[in-house]
Amino acid sequence: MTPTTTVDPAEVERFARIAAGWWDPKGEFRPLHKLNPLRLAWLRDTICARTGRDPNAPRPLDGLAILDVGCGGGLVSEPLARMGAVVTGLDAEAETIRIAAAHAAAEGVGVDYRAGRIEDLPERRYDAVVAMEVVEHVADLDLFVAHCAARLAPGGTFLFSTLNRTPKSLALGIVAAEWILRWVPRGTHDWRKFRRPSEMAASLRRAGLRIGGTTGVVYDPFADRFRLSARDMDVNWMGWASG
Amino acid sequence: MTDIRRDGPANRACDVLIVGGGLAGLTLAAALGGAGVDTILVDRESADARLLDTFDGRTTAVAFGTKRIVEAAGLWAHVPAAATGAILDIRVTDERSPLFLHYDHREVGDEPFGWIVENRTLRRAAFARLAQLQTVAHLAPAEVTDLARTATRVRATLGDGTTVDARLVVGADGRHSTVRRWAGIGTSGWAYAQTAIVCTIDHEYPHHGVALEHFLPPGPFAVLPMAGNRASVVWTERRRDAQAVLAMPEERFLLELRRRAGDWLGRVRTVGPKFAYPLSLLHADAYAADRVALVSEAAHAMHPIAGQGLNVGLRDVAALAEVIVDAHRLGLDPGGADALARYERWRRPDTLMLLAVTDGLNRLFANRIAPLKLARDVGLAVVNRTPPLKRFLMRSAMGTTGDLPRLARGEAL
Repeated sequence: MTPTTTVDPAEVERFARIAAGWWDPKGEFRPLHKLNPLRLAWLRDTICARTGRDPNAPRPLDGLAILDVGCGGGLVSEPLARMGAVVTGLDAEAETIRIAAAHAAAEGVGVDYRAGRIEDLPERRYDAVVAMEVVEHVADLDLFVAHCAARLAPGGTFLFSTLNRTPKSLALGIVAAEWILRWVPRGTHDWRKFRRPSEMAASLRRAGLRIGGTTGVVYDPFADRFRLSARDMDVNWMGWASG
Repeated sequence: MTDIRRDGPANRACDVLIVGGGLAGLTLAAALGGAGVDTILVDRESADARLLDTFDGRTTAVAFGTKRIVEAAGLWAHVPAAATGAILDIRVTDERSPLFLHYDHREVGDEPFGWIVENRTLRRAAFARLAQLQTVAHLAPAEVTDLARTATRVRATLGDGTTVDARLVVGADGRHSTVRRWAGIGTSGWAYAQTAIVCTIDHEYPHHGVALEHFLPPGPFAVLPMAGNRASVVWTERRRDAQAVLAMPEERFLLELRRRAGDWLGRVRTVGPKFAYPLSLLHADAYAADRVALVSEAAHAMHPIAGQGLNVGLRDVAALAEVIVDAHRLGLDPGGADALARYERWRRPDTLMLLAVTDGLNRLFANRIAPLKLARDVGLAVVNRTPPLKRFLMRSAMGTTGDLPRLARGEAL
């Protein structure tokens, strides 16, 4: 089968079942809450470095247009908006978007949430397109990356995080996280869809983007925290690319 | 501050609500406000600086590490150098023992161990700093009469009916903390059969920056150098004897004081009132709960034997400020569970250890048991002759060891 859309219907339905728990830091998305400070800091620092901004300023992303693809409950969209960005949050699942919008309204944070696919988004360009923990869920990586690239303003940055396809990520990302620690619901991930850096680089190249930087993300069980690692990209990793 | 009574009770919102206007609360407000966090400080005492014109006898020992925090929060710049007494030397002795411990600040660098500052000087400095910050509202005199949780906020009601919605409420309200009680956080601890009598003296000869600590059977007796020819006296007495000491006529009191302090300061008289503080050990079962954090004496009170109470309290402030500001800068909830868990993990084990050490020291020194006295005298002498150990103890007292928050390292938040 050759998919003509970036969205995998089975994946969308899987997330819809657990949508209500998005903002419960002890709930089903606990690992994302744990990961959030680290990936937000990386997003902020990378975007600030790319745009010559001070990451410690009160609103470091002030005025930047950012598209958060696969935004889920808004765990990344909302903080980006608080950091000053003008954020569009996009998710394929309407129920999830409803929850994200309700949460943002309750918090008094302005995020333009939309349910749908990136290919259906009105023509508009962004200073940054962010896809956190998304590329391992999409049906057609090349198509998805091409759509993200097409949304970038000149000089814009595409930032993504995903899981590497290695024996270690099978052991830690699937067996440990889903079956032993029960961090994420079973079936959240399909190891075969995890993305190797070389595959991401190839997809990005075909979309006219070059990888500008990558970093590994490792979990430190003693401190119960995630941290960046330049060397270890075997399980979680993040990267950015530009035209 | 606007007059809120004119148009009836107001509803306000902020990121962080601090309850308690002591040095911990004031410093936290200044640190957070300086980093752009919307902060409201509810202070029971008046913010009228004119009330500070007369010395009320209360002083604070600001250790070197504490000063760094107070400095990084922007308060120290408002403390006139002439209003502080630098501690250059610390002399520790056991009762009538020839062996003693001598800490000279030059052994660990050029900086003094700490400074003795009048509370009103610190308070005035805090007022000046907070007035510069548009991010901080200093509500004083004001008191929290009710606290309630909503889904994502804590709502505080003040005495005049004003409500404050905050993402996080910080209890900086002392050992009888209302915030702690409201959050349902229990405490453990015990009272010592000791009372600290605190007063200020004027003396004839200069103190040369020498701080004196005598370990006497009823407890430690300390003379701490203030600005000019003044010193702050911390005199620990058995609880049952404290009232009698406080009731002594001036002549008799000074005689007893000289018996303990020695004659090196010449003629002496007391300035301002004497204060009595019953000593106790208290430790909160948790430093944080849902949208609540405790700092300083709301979280822990320890024996003053090592002079660590405020030092540790300000270390809480520096750690909590860092955790809040880190979350805030990332657009995250500063009252979120992750931020608070980080604070708890950072501060509680550290403080627990210090509580044990200060309690142990007091038990070791506040007695006349001969073998123990021999052991501690030898211990003091050993410490005195073991430079690395001595330097470590000195740095600990200065508050420059351990996993330091950015503010305590003298860095910006």
